[in-house]
Amino acid sequence: MEPKKKHSISNIAKGLVVIVLFLIIWEVAAIIINNNYILPRLGDILLVLAHPFASVLGGSSLAQNALVSLREVLTGFLCAVAVAVPLGLLIGTSKEVDSYLNYFTQMIRPVPPIAWMPFAIAWFGLGFTSIIFIIFMGAFFPILINTIDGVHGVRSQWTDVARMFRSTSFERVRTVIVPGALPVIWTGLRVAFAVAWMCVVAAEMLPGTSAGLGFMIMYAYNLGQLQVIGAGMVIIGIIGLGADMLFRAGQTKFFHWQGRG
Amino acid sequence: MMEPVLSVRDLKKTFVADEQECRVLQGISFEAFPGEILCIMGTSGCGKSTLLRMIAGLETIDSGSISTLESQGTGPARAAMVFQDDALFPWLNVHDNISYGLRLGAEKVPEDVATKRVADLLDLIGLTSFSAYYPYQLSGGMKQRAAVARALAVHPGIILMDEPFSALDPFTRRELQDEIIRIRDAASAEGHPVAILLVTHNPEEAVYLADRIIVLSDRPASIHGLIDVRLPRPRSIADKDFLAIREEVTGLVKR
Repeated sequence: MEPKKKHSISNIAKGLVVIVLFLIIWEVAAIIINNNYILPRLGDILLVLAHPFASVLGGSSLAQNALVSLREVLTGFLCAVAVAVPLGLLIGTSKEVDSYLNYFTQMIRPVPPIAWMPFAIAWFGLGFTSIIFIIFMGAFFPILINTIDGVHGVRSQWTDVARMFRSTSFERVRTVIVPGALPVIWTGLRVAFAVAWMCVVAAEMLPGTSAGLGFMIMYAYNLGQLQVIGAGMVIIGIIGLGADMLFRAGQTKFFHWQGRG
Repeated sequence: MMEPVLSVRDLKKTFVADEQECRVLQGISFEAFPGEILCIMGTSGCGKSTLLRMIAGLETIDSGSISTLESQGTGPARAAMVFQDDALFPWLNVHDNISYGLRLGAEKVPEDVATKRVADLLDLIGLTSFSAYYPYQLSGGMKQRAAVARALAVHPGIILMDEPFSALDPFTRRELQDEIIRIRDAASAEGHPVAILLVTHNPEEAVYLADRIIVLSDRPASIHGLIDVRLPRPRSIADKDFLAIREEVTGLVKR
């Protein structure tokens, strides 16, 4: 245990070195350029970050905007999980369903989620529902693909064991397919959450929105307040990193039985 | 004469892949009796595994019949299989792997019965202190023991073993061979006698373990020879009679 801990501390230190280096280059460049409309100073960005509950440019606070975005992401993400996981289990376990849906999903998958925006607005109007739809489209495919892969990775000997004990097909899905595929599904969730988080910011930047980090960034851009954009990007990055760390922590906690470090 | 726990009658099986027919079994008939160890030998790919899988209900029957004491018919026999590689569920610990069959609808028993049975099995295979361990934390021999216990948990009339020790080192293998005999004796003593059908490539292993040895011919497999091994136990692999039977078996298994 001891050597592992040391190792991870030195890894964190290495990560910090690069971040500090980046900040130094940014600050030096900002001083040289000396133009707040091109590159804001770190101090100005930090000033915005230091007051997360204060109104930004006469609108909602940083924290309020972040909460709006988070709520949208979670809603769209959970909807995607609710549809993509069962569908993935079905496609993964049935060759018949797979041959019907394979080309269809492969064709829709490469369409960037944000390209659905005009349709989304036409179908759901401006605002929350449209954004949820965009996030859903973004999160759906990573979850679906990983669920299918996860099911295909379940060893046939495991299902043989279940069949030998005369299990029903529902029992096989519940006791073998789902637990066996779960580590891969979990990776899909992790990727999907990152995509969803990118989608929400992009979707909020489009006209017709009135809240969220993406909206705040576009609003600040129109007013030429680049330090607010910088602060918004820092928050987006921190929340993204936090979510990823949570998923990784879940991986070590739930899937230790894989026996990897 | 005792009633056989398993009767296989004129079993035939043909696989069809890419419109190519591959005949695997051609009229296999034999019986297995409660408490007996029956070794099945034959060249690689002669259909031994297919035979076991058919008895376990994992493969369909083309013609012929498999009937067991519990299920007089051609349906899946009340037989539990131990695979070549342990096939334990890596996400369950040893205890939950062993009780797996008991928690499914078909073999369901009350929780306290399951707990008692798993505790007894853990004791039988000497893994009591490893009950909470996960498969990745166990050695190959321990994993295979847990797999045997998982099969025994449902009180099957027949245990099917498909080269269960082929992945183990020679010392662990000998240890587990002795354990199989011990488990068979313990099951008989408890009033749940099991017939053990064990596929092996190793003539020495067959003669060491078996009460009878069935030698299958090359594909399509039929029964090439049936040998009664009437040696006292514990058997010595250096014994003159042992060596004679081993030679006989080796001669029957055509290369």
